[in-house]
Amino acid sequence: MKKKANVRDLVELVMNGVFFLMGMTAIAFVALITVYMFVSGLPAIAKIGPVDFLLGRTWASTAAQPSYGILPFILTSFFGTLGAVLIGIPVGLLTSVFLSKIASPRMAALVSSAVELLAGIPSVIYGLIGMVVLVPAVASVFGLASGACMLTAILVLAVMILPSIISVSVTALNAVPKEYEEASLALGATKIETYFKVSLPAAKSGIAAGIVLGVGRAMGEAMAIMMVAGNVANMPGLFKSVRFLTTAIASEMSYASGLQRQALFSIALVLFVFIMLLNALLNRILKGGSEDEH
Amino acid sequence: MNIKRVACGLCAAMMLAAVATGCGSSTSSAAASSESAAASSASGLNGTVATGGSTSMEKVMSALQEAYAEKEPDVTVTYDPTGSGAGITGATDKTLDIGLSSRKLKDGETGVTATTIALDGIAIIVNNTNPVQDLTIDQIAKIATGEVTNWKDVGGEDAPIVLIGREAGSGTRDGFESIVGVADKCQYAQELTSTGAVITGVAANNGAIGYASLSALKDTVKAVTVEGVACTEETVLDGTYKIQRPFNFVTNDSVTPSDAVQSFIDFATSAEAADLIRAAGAVPMA
Repeated sequence: MKKKANVRDLVELVMNGVFFLMGMTAIAFVALITVYMFVSGLPAIAKIGPVDFLLGRTWASTAAQPSYGILPFILTSFFGTLGAVLIGIPVGLLTSVFLSKIASPRMAALVSSAVELLAGIPSVIYGLIGMVVLVPAVASVFGLASGACMLTAILVLAVMILPSIISVSVTALNAVPKEYEEASLALGATKIETYFKVSLPAAKSGIAAGIVLGVGRAMGEAMAIMMVAGNVANMPGLFKSVRFLTTAIASEMSYASGLQRQALFSIALVLFVFIMLLNALLNRILKGGSEDEH
Repeated sequence: MNIKRVACGLCAAMMLAAVATGCGSSTSSAAASSESAAASSASGLNGTVATGGSTSMEKVMSALQEAYAEKEPDVTVTYDPTGSGAGITGATDKTLDIGLSSRKLKDGETGVTATTIALDGIAIIVNNTNPVQDLTIDQIAKIATGEVTNWKDVGGEDAPIVLIGREAGSGTRDGFESIVGVADKCQYAQELTSTGAVITGVAANNGAIGYASLSALKDTVKAVTVEGVACTEETVLDGTYKIQRPFNFVTNDSVTPSDAVQSFIDFATSAEAADLIRAAGAVPMA
């Protein structure tokens, strides 16, 4: 008996070590990436000057007199993400309420598997369909010469962030205690009133988390929007060909050299910092939510 | 259960170890085998030829690499697609045996010699529905810089012109802009990251104009004639088609090429390689 116990202790010890090591690899990768981003991103910012880099309005990386201003990219990423979220939130929220409260179990199963499929579609396919279907459609609807513009990118992004918003929101809505809704109904509120005035507010931290996740997804997407946004370094405009932070890196990386290449790393650093801030915000929301419940 | 867990843990550990050591051992054995093969080579030619540079030359280079590997199995030809500028820099600072460049040398790029192994025509493509058949270099330049924005000004229908090009740093873009004389002045509506994407973009937009390598041309778009000359292999070779660029091997003047390097250059400029280059979509010199 004693020997068996020893073996078990040993196994526990070894496995603890293994789990610890695995946990550490994740931390090591995050640390490695963070350090690498700063080390490779800062020199170009220093060389170009933080003000010229962050607030410069012209990006002409291969011109005889190169200029490396990424304000167009920052603003495009900001407005593009904002636009996608403005479209994605109403659609996503109403879908979540439908899935969680209104739909019959069979209907809900059908719709949620469709939403899951949407999440699984590779972004290059979104881009391809956007390029071949959406770009000409936007051009003909709005009478544009070229449909590859910010609006098309926003539409593609809006569809792409739906799964993040919906899946997290549905979970949050399902977790709202039945008693809340029953109490509301018993007081004479209609079902719709109950969903919007009781269920949604009760699930607000989960929904907010879903939205932040969606924002992160929209912010970080490159492949799909590279194929539909036109990729010209203009200041943002709904019907203008624009370049996002992500696509600025992806489109020039393959041929870049020298300061141009370093500047691309600096763009990556800016994007990285934005995403980190978003994650910090997400953590705060989730933490705040759990405190509310206690 | 416990034994199972131990087994799992051990397995995982062993797999990790195997992966770690596997990498090391496989490279060393590969090196060993190539050395032994080198010793038994009939022609006695061995070594590596480090090439790199122009991404536009990728198709030509991979065709040459493949055929040359059959001819001289003991010579390893590497190709690193980093862009023409990087290729010339590599030849200048001697990190590459052969720098690949899809443009002529600039005045500041001294100490190196360019050997043209092939020519590449850049076709000007429009949508299949576009009635315009011919454009002059001057018209193309005006379209590129945004001076002409409607097809009716160059003999077409009353429709806005949409210029679709490649991203900064692309060899095709550099070739087009420098030959047409519009470097850094182009007013693009879209900048796409591959020739295929440009062709798809032009095919999808009635008012679009773009440029693509002769080798990549497809029926989905129409290539216009430039100053009356169609973009074909013959017109590129005899120089009558204006929008063309060289595919160059750039070598350092102060370095005597090794036997392997010289042999590869000779092969690339031989009649034997001409068909390969043609199959890869460029126009051979030999």
